[in-house]
Amino acid sequence: MTDTDTRLQPKKKGLTRRQKRSLSRGIQYAVFVAAVIAFAFAADWDRLQNQFAQKDIARQMFPDVITLALKNTVLFTVTGFAVGLALGMVIALMRLSSVGPYRWLAGIYIEIFRGLPALLIFIFIGVAVPLAFPGTEIIGGTYGKVALALGLVAAAYMAETIRAGIQAVPKGQMEAARSLGFSPARAMVSIIIPQAFRIILPPLTNELVLLFKDSSLVLFLGVTLEERELSKYGRDLASTTANSTPILVAGLCYLLITIPLGFVVRRMEAKAQEAVR
Amino acid sequence: MSRPEIRVSGLHKSFGSNEVLRGIDLEIGQGEVVCVIGPSGSGKSTLLRCVNLLEEPTKGQVFVGGTELTDPDVDIDAARRRVGMVFQQFNLFPHLTVTENLTLPQRRVLRRGKAQAAKVAAENLARVGLAEKADAYPSSLSGGQQQRVAIARALAMGPEVMLFDEPTSALDPELVGDVLAVMRMLANEGMTMMVVTHEMTFAREVADRVVFMDGGVIVEDGAPEQVIAHPRHERTRHFLSRLLDPAMADVEEGTTDQAGTSD
Repeated sequence: MTDTDTRLQPKKKGLTRRQKRSLSRGIQYAVFVAAVIAFAFAADWDRLQNQFAQKDIARQMFPDVITLALKNTVLFTVTGFAVGLALGMVIALMRLSSVGPYRWLAGIYIEIFRGLPALLIFIFIGVAVPLAFPGTEIIGGTYGKVALALGLVAAAYMAETIRAGIQAVPKGQMEAARSLGFSPARAMVSIIIPQAFRIILPPLTNELVLLFKDSSLVLFLGVTLEERELSKYGRDLASTTANSTPILVAGLCYLLITIPLGFVVRRMEAKAQEAVR
Repeated sequence: MSRPEIRVSGLHKSFGSNEVLRGIDLEIGQGEVVCVIGPSGSGKSTLLRCVNLLEEPTKGQVFVGGTELTDPDVDIDAARRRVGMVFQQFNLFPHLTVTENLTLPQRRVLRRGKAQAAKVAAENLARVGLAEKADAYPSSLSGGQQQRVAIARALAMGPEVMLFDEPTSALDPELVGDVLAVMRMLANEGMTMMVVTHEMTFAREVADRVVFMDGGVIVEDGAPEQVIAHPRHERTRHFLSRLLDPAMADVEEGTTDQAGTSD
């Protein structure tokens, strides 16, 4: 080979590809920095601080914002998650059943509760259930209602996640279990579901984060002072003090939980990736 | 041959319009080792999977130890306990340690106590030469070790019959020997075995009978020296020549490799 391919040689004139790439990157950074600076100058920081960051108002929120509001938020979320997980598991297994009516029922449930805003379901639980079954109280009062409403919403999403997890377990696992004499139900419980849960742990934790935020909808059920969670507590205090600082503090309290949870999810995803390799 | 341990009669199996088994009759006596050979797509794996009803036969009967497995009212889980199965892909439970792979089925299915299950597990791991891997997870074992654990897991259930579905096909060549050695040991101990395999040396030396299948039927059935060394049928000769000397095979008009879905 005497004549080399000239197309692969660096060009003599103009910018090389590498130079073009770094120039383009530089322009992107410059635009971003300029936007941030413009935003920082345009905003009225004094008024913002006045409205959202009053230290003495923030101080008077403690310890109630933690011991009452955050505690209730966590309580609502965890009970709702537990109900959702149990119901979601049942619906996922119905969806995978060989019995037609079970599959259809599960499908209908998922379509309805995934398609409705969580807000409507809270109103439905608060209004329609007492109307339909007069005299009955949902166990646990407000806590029971919230757990039920959040659980109904979460179950639809979790059912689909759990179903996907079960289907992601290789078919050979069920065959091996059956060949050892496991009944289908026992194989599901002892062999398949433990493996499915390892696969779906990250998306389930994401669902927990979503429920955290949805727990704020409890204010549509009408709660007592003792049952207020972060959003309601923050709003109430904001209106009595005519200042929005409580909203900011409540927001920070949510992040206090959701950011570490998100970190945990990413850790689990990374670990799951490693396990695949 | 005493009373047949496995008896298959008039067995048909279709997947949709694809007829994989077209009338199989086969008897395997107690303590007999039968190797099933044949080109991919010939239905040999499907036949094996029909013997413990992992595949539901379309027509025909399967008996194991005198119980009809194809009877719709039979307790299939109880019947399967008497039939051990070893898969091409091992199918160990990856979330359990080696010992737990052996003890969990004993405890859940046979309702054995903790101590007894552990004892049986240790005995069977020692039999396959993997006592020192008791606490390892399957993912840390080589393919050959995983397959030996899978054999031990099946043995721990005390089966009367063992089915092997291409047990060495997923292994690196240098690991095949360890698995075959365990199978040879079982054969010498008098286990009734039905083995789908491409290992002709194993078939020739260990099997009591070799069955050659092609196109969903049994073409030839006899002693290894007859079927492998002196096949009567042209189809058997053709298959064996391609298997034993693949480098010398001629290019063919796509005949063999089309239906090989269930293998």
